[in-house]
Amino acid sequence: MKIFFRVIVFSVLTIVLYMLFATQYIPPINPAPPPKEEALNLGAMTMPQFIALGEKIFNGKGTCTLCHNPVVKRAPLLESVAVRANERLKDPRYKGKAKNPADYIEESMREPSAYVVAGFGVTGTNDTVSPMPVITAGAIGLNDVEVKAVVAYLLQLGGAEIPFEVPRGQPVAEKKEGQAAAPAKTGAEVVKKYGCGGCHKIAGEAGAIGPDLTKIGAKRNVEYLRRAVLDPDADIAQGFPGGMMPKDFGDKMTAGEFKLLVEFLAKSK
Amino acid sequence: MATKDERYDKMAYEFIKVSITAYSITAIIGGLLAFSLFMFYPDFMKYMTRLFGPTMLAYALIFFAESASLYIYYYGWHAMHYGFLKWVHLTIGLVLNAVGTMLMFLANSWVTFMLSPGGVDAAGAFQGDIWKVIHNFLWNPINLHRFVANIAYGGSIVGAYAAYRFLSARNETEKAHYDWMGYTANLIAIGALLPLPFAGYWLTAEIYAYSQQMGITLMGGVFAWLFITQAVIIGALFLSANYYLWCGMERSPGAYRYTKYIKYIAGVIAVCFLVWFTPHTLILKPWELKTLGGQYHPFLGPLGIMPAKNTAVNNMLIFTFLSFLLYRRANKIPTVSWAAAGSAIQAAIFIAAILNIVYLGVYYGYFTNTVYKVASSVPQVASTLTVIISCMVIDVLMFKGAKDVGEFRWGKMPQRSQYALFLLAVSFTWLMGLMGFIRSAIRQHWHVYTVMRDNSLDAFTPTIGYAAKVVSIATVIFMAIVIFIFWLSQLSAKKQEDKSKLHPEVIPYEPAAKPLKPETETE
Ligand code: HEC
Ligand code: HEC
Repeated sequence: MKIFFRVIVFSVLTIVLYMLFATQYIPPINPAPPPKEEALNLGAMTMPQFIALGEKIFNGKGTCTLCHNPVVKRAPLLESVAVRANERLKDPRYKGKAKNPADYIEESMREPSAYVVAGFGVTGTNDTVSPMPVITAGAIGLNDVEVKAVVAYLLQLGGAEIPFEVPRGQPVAEKKEGQAAAPAKTGAEVVKKYGCGGCHKIAGEAGAIGPDLTKIGAKRNVEYLRRAVLDPDADIAQGFPGGMMPKDFGDKMTAGEFKLLVEFLAKSK
Repeated sequence: MATKDERYDKMAYEFIKVSITAYSITAIIGGLLAFSLFMFYPDFMKYMTRLFGPTMLAYALIFFAESASLYIYYYGWHAMHYGFLKWVHLTIGLVLNAVGTMLMFLANSWVTFMLSPGGVDAAGAFQGDIWKVIHNFLWNPINLHRFVANIAYGGSIVGAYAAYRFLSARNETEKAHYDWMGYTANLIAIGALLPLPFAGYWLTAEIYAYSQQMGITLMGGVFAWLFITQAVIIGALFLSANYYLWCGMERSPGAYRYTKYIKYIAGVIAVCFLVWFTPHTLILKPWELKTLGGQYHPFLGPLGIMPAKNTAVNNMLIFTFLSFLLYRRANKIPTVSWAAAGSAIQAAIFIAAILNIVYLGVYYGYFTNTVYKVASSVPQVASTLTVIISCMVIDVLMFKGAKDVGEFRWGKMPQRSQYALFLLAVSFTWLMGLMGFIRSAIRQHWHVYTVMRDNSLDAFTPTIGYAAKVVSIATVIFMAIVIFIFWLSQLSAKKQEDKSKLHPEVIPYEPAAKPLKPETETE
């Protein structure tokens, strides 16, 4: 028993030492909190406020400074990108569609590989592929208003003219993150989530590739409806081509969603 | 004296006995973890289950196979001990390991999916090919890394077990056995530790390839300090590995010829450790951070490739290797005619390499511009490898047919040396916890990177200090359980001994078991 305790004490002491090292010696740096989607009152926003918003996104949510910063030089500095942009547009290597600095900056963010600054491309691609992420997608996921705000900020930083107004109207709906995980709660939501309306007339939408489903519950029984969604080619609706409707809804939907959907269809009379 | 094979056999049997207890605890804790995940993260787990459902089922079935082969392996040990049946038994042992590895790979796919989702579209919807989901971008790098690390970790735990039994041994025979076991386990652990950085390097490179942003978060951002912690712990491991080797020289009657060098080696390694330990940055206060213009200190990125640190770590490796060479020859007198020349050549290689490493470090570190600083690391590592390989070859040839100075005495180790083995196990566990933290933390506020965000109100990425506290508590609990299991095994050994007294035909395999003389603790 003596050894049991001795060994325990030794282990605990070692662990405490490591813990002290990690808590006392290492500076307590707080990782940035998760970026927030702010409710923007665009209607009342002035251009300087809009630019300030762009600066905030540039340094925060956009994570631009992770690469575009003077210390590590992983990417070109952006102080004068607005001025540089005109040269970029004249460069024979330029493949994009932009006509002015504002469009060039926006394009750099949305399609980084449209023009890759010499020396910064992904190794081995001879500066044809940019390592910069598409900032409207993936982990950064800026929405259209945020992109515009950053463009305004960078233009202002380079002393260039800002050729657009503060976008009024509603900010574009935020990309629904974790959508796949949050199951739809009503049949109509399921229809929306899986895009049935692209092909069918259903739930207020008017797709015309597949049959009209607004009265489908009157025509078909539940058993048929189930099969029609899970295995569309089992019965081909008259007058329509087979093989068009996706066959993987069964895999994508949760069991609950599937049930809601079938109930919804059956009730559409 | 038992033959080598029997010794290994006995070691394996003993450890499988310990594993049986550990196995049931693993199953319980695994269940606990799974339940908590489903309870605290229902939506996330629902999503994962929907994607990985088939693999989770496979996991459960394979776990079943794992249990079956474990039990057959353990309970069949004596029933299948000779001839053909022994081969059957060995095969079951292999199956046990293969199945265990499969389990790990499956679980790895869940973890790496969260880092680098594959087989789903931008919104996270399944694309129909489960293999793509399993075989996501970081799956294989993690598989390799964990495979190697598990060997090192397993070795360290067996070493701790041997240390525990050594400390509580009641006679010289037991001591000799557990000393040998500890030495072997330690050798395996350190042997597997050496290639681990290369696996880690590949993993990091692949993280960068998958997402530069994630790579930068990992190496250049807030988490860079974590690698300093890692480096310090690895430095501590080197120190204790050396210490263990030096203590081990007491097993050789001829060691007195070399003991006088140990203090110098210790000195060099201590200096290297200090260089390794000193950060090139001051400790930053929040306002200092602000003046620097951000959370990222300019030197943090290049720290990993700092020539001074490279010089220190290469010298540490070379001197550890020197300890190992001295340990090897402690009990031997070479009989080949060129022995003196051989030693001289070895010494020359050592000196040349050390000078070269120091020169490269100083030149590239202080007399060139930043961009070239990286350039020193490759020739430095090459020098170290040259020393290790060439001197090992010379050594093996030189000590072929060498005479022993006296009888090699397993078990002749001071008690305190055993704590070096414990240090190894504790450090590995703690470090593993911390590296596990960083593996999850680089996802930041994502459950599944870019696909499923952690939208809970109190979501945050912990600081290293916070994580270190949690990891420390977990390690204490873990070590307590492990030591408890060791204690249990020793409890069962006690009973056996009483029986052997009643049956005189069961004699210990070293008849001249000397009584244990009380060891004076110097710690
Ligand atoms: C992972 C690193 C990384 C991040 C994060 C990043 N960039 Fe970049 N960016 C680069 C690299 C590398 C280049 C140069 C290659 C190229 O032209 O695509 C670049 C180029 C650019 C350019 C063109 C520069 C020129 O001189 O033509 C602009 C504009 C730009 N980035 C804006 C942004 C903005 C705005 C953000 C934040 C929303 C951002 N970047 C985030 C790496 C990054
Ligand atoms: C790519 C276009 C497309 C999409 C998207 C699509 N469908 Fe269809 N669907 C069709 C076509 C074409 C048919 C007719 C041919 C057939 O029966 O396979 C059809 C047939 C059906 C039928 C059978 C109608 C009948 O009268 O026999 C049902 C029910 C149905 N779809 C439901 C759905 C639901 C619910 C969704 C969304 C989850 C959906 N579909 C999405 C193209 C589509």
